Amino acid sequence: MDPSIADQRPLRILIADDSDSDRLILKTLVKRLGHDVFDARDGEEAVRLFEEAQPDIVLLDALMPVMDGMEAARRIKALAGERLVPLIFLTSLSEAGDLARCLDAGGDDFLSKPYNRVLLEAKINAFNRMRRMHDTLSGQRDHIRELNQQLLREQEIAKRVFDNVAHTGCLDAFNIRYLASPLSVFNGDVLFASPRPAGGMLIFVGDFTGHGLPAAIGAMPLAEIFYGMAAKGFSAKDVLREINRKLKQILPTGMFCCGAMIEAVFHENQLWFWNGGLPDAQLIRANGDNVALPSRHLPLGILSPDQFNADLERVTTEPGDSLMLMTDGVLESSNRAGEVFGDAGVARALETRKQGLHPFDAVIGSLREFTGSHQDSDDITLFCVDMVDDAAITPLPDRTTLPGPAEWHCEYELRERTLGDFNPLPLLLHICMEVPGLRSRSGEIYTVLAELYNNALEHGILELPSDWKHSPEGFGKYYRERQVRLGRVDGHFIRFSLSHSMKPYGGRLRVVCEDSGSGFDFKNHPVSTAKNTPAGPLSDNPVIGTSYAGRGLMLLRQLSESLSFHGRGNRIEIVYDWDYSDAPLDHNKNDRH
Amino acid sequence: MNETPHLDQEALAELQDVMDDEFGVLIETFLNDSRERIEGLRQALEGQDPEALAQMAHSFKGSCINMGAPRLGALCQIVEKAGKERRLDDVPATVDAIGAEFREVSGMLEIFVANN
Repeated sequence: MDPSIADQRPLRILIADDSDSDRLILKTLVKRLGHDVFDARDGEEAVRLFEEAQPDIVLLDALMPVMDGMEAARRIKALAGERLVPLIFLTSLSEAGDLARCLDAGGDDFLSKPYNRVLLEAKINAFNRMRRMHDTLSGQRDHIRELNQQLLREQEIAKRVFDNVAHTGCLDAFNIRYLASPLSVFNGDVLFASPRPAGGMLIFVGDFTGHGLPAAIGAMPLAEIFYGMAAKGFSAKDVLREINRKLKQILPTGMFCCGAMIEAVFHENQLWFWNGGLPDAQLIRANGDNVALPSRHLPLGILSPDQFNADLERVTTEPGDSLMLMTDGVLESSNRAGEVFGDAGVARALETRKQGLHPFDAVIGSLREFTGSHQDSDDITLFCVDMVDDAAITPLPDRTTLPGPAEWHCEYELRERTLGDFNPLPLLLHICMEVPGLRSRSGEIYTVLAELYNNALEHGILELPSDWKHSPEGFGKYYRERQVRLGRVDGHFIRFSLSHSMKPYGGRLRVVCEDSGSGFDFKNHPVSTAKNTPAGPLSDNPVIGTSYAGRGLMLLRQLSESLSFHGRGNRIEIVYDWDYSDAPLDHNKNDRH
Repeated sequence: MNETPHLDQEALAELQDVMDDEFGVLIETFLNDSRERIEGLRQALEGQDPEALAQMAHSFKGSCINMGAPRLGALCQIVEKAGKERRLDDVPATVDAIGAEFREVSGMLEIFVANN
């Protein structure tokens, strides 16, 4: 349908002409076309009337006294702002230069004298169509702008929710460097790091398919799982399995998360590494060697739990080694010529790195030089962790302050095949962490439980000699043999008995761990004979470590009030006391709840 | 010059159709306007102001064209051109010719109004 027919509304038309007879003719012509007319006899009056009447179209004589048509045209166009008000010059000018000046002043067309009513009507209709198209476009543009602002507001809220779930973990630790846009979650990038209760760190770098809110939505449960499980002491493998299971369950087909998990065990100088779909991680040795750690797995959220392989690779490190991870935004960064940074760019940055320059700074520097921009794009996430002494890495503050149980007892027994399949430590730690006074001691409790459990499993039941772990070759043999022997645990069990009771000064946790193994000669063990002297560093006592499980037992001895052996050496009891006085109350200040 | 008619009958007929009842008012308006303009041209000439002369002649010309008085319009254009070129020697004669043509046209217009 012709829009000029569709829109029958009379237009408001401003006419400005200093000639009374010309104005009278034009006014009559326009009125006869059915429009409302406002008329002015000079430029100044025209501008004033324009402001008052807000006309749709202006017909303006070029040469007028007081203020001429050109000046009036400029002012009217300025007043109209974004509104399109077609401006037609009434003229008997014929020189090209004069006509051009009319257009320069903001005129859209001419109507020459003598006025022709057919032409006048056609021009008014044509400009009205243009005006209405402009209005439609402006309206749509404003609508889009509004929607975009709404989207940004929604992202802001989503970001706040995400930050509450994800927090920054221990990303601010002194041995971590990272680059991530504050809004990177909307590019699907996530970066988490959490200290483990037993020491060391769990780190996850991920990159969801897609952009915007859909990419960010998967990040929320991922953050929840990661930080929740890491704080409870779950292993990297368990966390990976749970993340994969959850993402597989919630993400639509075709959406998944490329990711890498690192478990950094600083005191053993080991990294456990898993890469599913992220670019090669780079291990930069303190001695200058670089090792690429490629992806060996499908991304998370694709395979069903029974097909998913969460085995981590072990990487032996030295203090000063660094591990670098990135999402493919880094590799896909392009320069003005359209070339991408790529693996080659990363390799070049590391190879040409100046002595003393941190690998992380070298890659960032190279990348910025390559793209020719100091503005990092939103979808770049680069992360680097240095292997260091972990004494300086503080655990995360306790995030719950609900009062918990004080007097309780529980027994938990694992049998046969489950000994190899299941890690009971997070569950046991979780039970203990219900006691508020124990929460800030999760590291020590975890260590106690872990040492008891590992002793019972690896030495008590599997009868693995701990001195194998003293050489790199032995280490490998130890883990291989452990795997083999876990297949032969028929008839075996490990039983934990946990009791907690309140004391005037605080509380006491008693843990008894019994296994079905053949036990050991505890009466001649140095831990038993040196019961009441504080334990010194291991190197002071070369006897320890060659027998049953030297280091572990010494650690237990140090952490607990008392350590005792029962039966044939297959039942160990420790008493762990805590008191209010040294409770780290400061942690509660940081509590977010 | 002489072949240009005093009045364009066809244009006038159309104007009359458009203006309807107000045709008389339009003619009256034009005649009053024109008297003022001729007076204005004379003053500009006296004041030796070629710019004002050109602008006034231009505007007068436009009205004449609209009103169907082409010969009067053509005379105005001669004055406009001379004003623009700052060549005022022949202008007094042309302004006199404009005055004479105007008297002719106003007489004819009054007859046109009376007859229609």
